[in-house]
Amino acid sequence: MSTLHTVNKSPFGDGALLSCIEHCKPGDGVLLIEDGVYGALSGSAISDAVVARAADVTFYLLEGDAKARGLPEGKLLGQVTPVGYDGFVDLVTEHDRSQSWL
Amino acid sequence: MPDAKKFLYVNRKAPYGTIYALESLEVVLIAAAFEQDVSLAFLDDGVFQLTKDQNTDGIGVKNFSPTFRALGDYEVTKLFVEKESLEERGLDPSDLQEITWEDEDADWEEKPSIRIVSRAEMADIMADQDVVLSF
Repeated sequence: MSTLHTVNKSPFGDGALLSCIEHCKPGDGVLLIEDGVYGALSGSAISDAVVARAADVTFYLLEGDAKARGLPEGKLLGQVTPVGYDGFVDLVTEHDRSQSWL
Repeated sequence: MPDAKKFLYVNRKAPYGTIYALESLEVVLIAAAFEQDVSLAFLDDGVFQLTKDQNTDGIGVKNFSPTFRALGDYEVTKLFVEKESLEERGLDPSDLQEITWEDEDADWEEKPSIRIVSRAEMADIMADQDVVLSF
């Protein structure tokens, strides 16, 4: 049994991603969407927390949202897997429930 | 009720700055009519929804905090409040309003609806649901 978490807020102005990281369970997935994709930047104030949690939780980002915001591909954390809208749908079906961190 | 699903309403916003908290409470009251296994979670700024002595006279909006005390009549009796979220905000359980429900299986004894849980317990509660609705 696992949960797909979605985070749509920038971690630099909102605690949603950190709270999600502190409440998810091993085997869960965390998908960064909309302004949530800023959480995939390496070398940021939040990246250590993401990398640490990536030990037992899988991180994804919605590629279109990252490209729309001009996030440099070379600065995205290797622990975060890009997915498209089709991948988003797959993730929803692969987990038992979805939880939005609004 | 064997086919009742477990619904969790997750509240992470303070009560009056945005409409999330009031909308959550409205949806909970509507959903209560469907006789599911409903729980509410209060974490992060959501714990501010339950402070006692809220008075909105000065801001011209409805004080909806007394409505939480009506949830017991709709068989919504599990309000999980995260201990770490309270502590991070300088609050403790005595700063929250008292919310009770009457247990018909125990001669209508009044029992507390608010249950203080740790962050780890809250994670377990979230992982134990069929449906999670976030506000």
